[in-house]
Amino acid sequence: MAIVARGFTGRGRSDPALPPGQYLTQDFPVLSAGPTPRIDTSRWQFTLATETGERQSWTWEQFLALPSEDVTVDLHCVTKWSKLGSHWTGVPLEEFLGELDTSAEYASVSSYGGYTTNLPVEDLLGGQAWIAHRYDGEDLTPEHGGPARLLVPHLYLWKSAKWIRGIQLLIEDEPGFWETAGYHNYGDPWREQRYWGD
Amino acid sequence: MTHTDGNLLAGPLRAILGVDLTTAQGTCDGCGARGPIASALVYGPEPGLVARCPSCENVLLRIVQTADRAWLDLRGLTSIEVALA
Amino acid sequence: MARAAVLGRLTWRAVTVTGVRDETATARTLVLDAGDWPGHLPGQHLDLRLTSADGYSTQRSYSIASAGPGPVEITVAAVDGGEVSPYLARDVRPGDQFEVRGPVGGYFVWRREDPAPVLLAAGGSGIVPLMAMIRDRSASDSRVPFRLVYSIRSPAEAIYARELARRVRDDHGLDVTYLYSRSAPEGWRRAPSRIRPGDLVANGWPPELDPLCFVCGPTGFVEATATLLAGAGHPAGRIKTERFGG
Repeated sequence: MAIVARGFTGRGRSDPALPPGQYLTQDFPVLSAGPTPRIDTSRWQFTLATETGERQSWTWEQFLALPSEDVTVDLHCVTKWSKLGSHWTGVPLEEFLGELDTSAEYASVSSYGGYTTNLPVEDLLGGQAWIAHRYDGEDLTPEHGGPARLLVPHLYLWKSAKWIRGIQLLIEDEPGFWETAGYHNYGDPWREQRYWGD
Repeated sequence: MTHTDGNLLAGPLRAILGVDLTTAQGTCDGCGARGPIASALVYGPEPGLVARCPSCENVLLRIVQTADRAWLDLRGLTSIEVALA
Repeated sequence: MARAAVLGRLTWRAVTVTGVRDETATARTLVLDAGDWPGHLPGQHLDLRLTSADGYSTQRSYSIASAGPGPVEITVAAVDGGEVSPYLARDVRPGDQFEVRGPVGGYFVWRREDPAPVLLAAGGSGIVPLMAMIRDRSASDSRVPFRLVYSIRSPAEAIYARELARRVRDDHGLDVTYLYSRSAPEGWRRAPSRIRPGDLVANGWPPELDPLCFVCGPTGFVEATATLLAGAGHPAGRIKTERFGG
């Protein structure tokens, strides 16, 4: 049984409107597993690869020419902070995946800097996921994943890969950076799927 | 946020393995550089501790801890030399 | 004394705060009753875990400031917006309890048996583990020459200033040089700046004496200082570093 430190409030008060075990924050904490990549948009590229090896790439200009949406979403980090009502601009994943001929059920998302994460393809569709390039009315900064990051707010935030570089579609699931080191393979905040076995 | 170093790994590694690995010499699987684990570049502690090679930034090891479990991944190290005497 | 503490599985223990001492406007020393603490080497640290009433818990590492035996002391500088340091540096009072495990870390330590001259380079609260070395040197009546180069933004940020002044007077063979990066006292000869090559030439040791160099502070300070030392000819194996982020 842990000793309670008198007067220590940690991340503040929990809120029944939040997923279980989460605490409300007003700021936007930055967590990192490595040096922050600084990717010039002139050499940025996003590549989608299917399970059969077909590849399609977008330059920054081609990416920005796709229809973007403004969305307001809640963010839930597995380290227990939640941020409500954050404003993003991004291209819905349907724009990339919609016309694709694929029977893959899984996606492996990779980033500049080497980070990876995995999620089912169906979680990228249906208006649940975007490649975001603006946050709160400004270009996305490198600290928060700029020039562009994945945004899948219905899963814990480690699934919303910063500095996105590509998505590989897969027949078999391939656990990513944190998913191979104890974090839950799916990561639904409302079911509190933080770690293996949760 | 910036990195700290491998000194920070002393407690978590000893809690898992029972030895002080920070003085051990690790060899990087990425570039072959060799040095004390204490001199690795460490990011974290949340969501996990990530130690990188100071020469090539390859991930050397990762530790994820909860109140009652820990995961340790050493795949970025080809070897760890530990003094026994 | 601390040799036995180096091996063995590590577990959390409850400690009780028995005293607090303000060091500067933002840094405070906590004196801890750690029960059957196994002793420690100067430079080692401990992991500290805080748990809130609703079960949230988080842990941090802090360098040990004291030289054993006796109560364990840590000195914590409050970082604005921090989750743990403002609590420890402002809210904790005698009688409070939390958990620690340790001592840990066998790399950034000074051993009394080592006769090599020592350079200590501290940036801000990076002084803490280096102070444990200075205190242990004194406690063991060591004659090993120590030179401390202590970089802070302004005189008001000097932790342990009075004790250091006393030890320079009483502990033979200890030199202390302050480097101010933003504002220096009236009439100070050195214009405020970050650490420069000349600072270590004038106040450190030449590599020919094969000194052991301990560098502790924010990541930027540590990397700048370690680079200067390496550039001056100190071999990598003689430069021990500890970064605390920032």
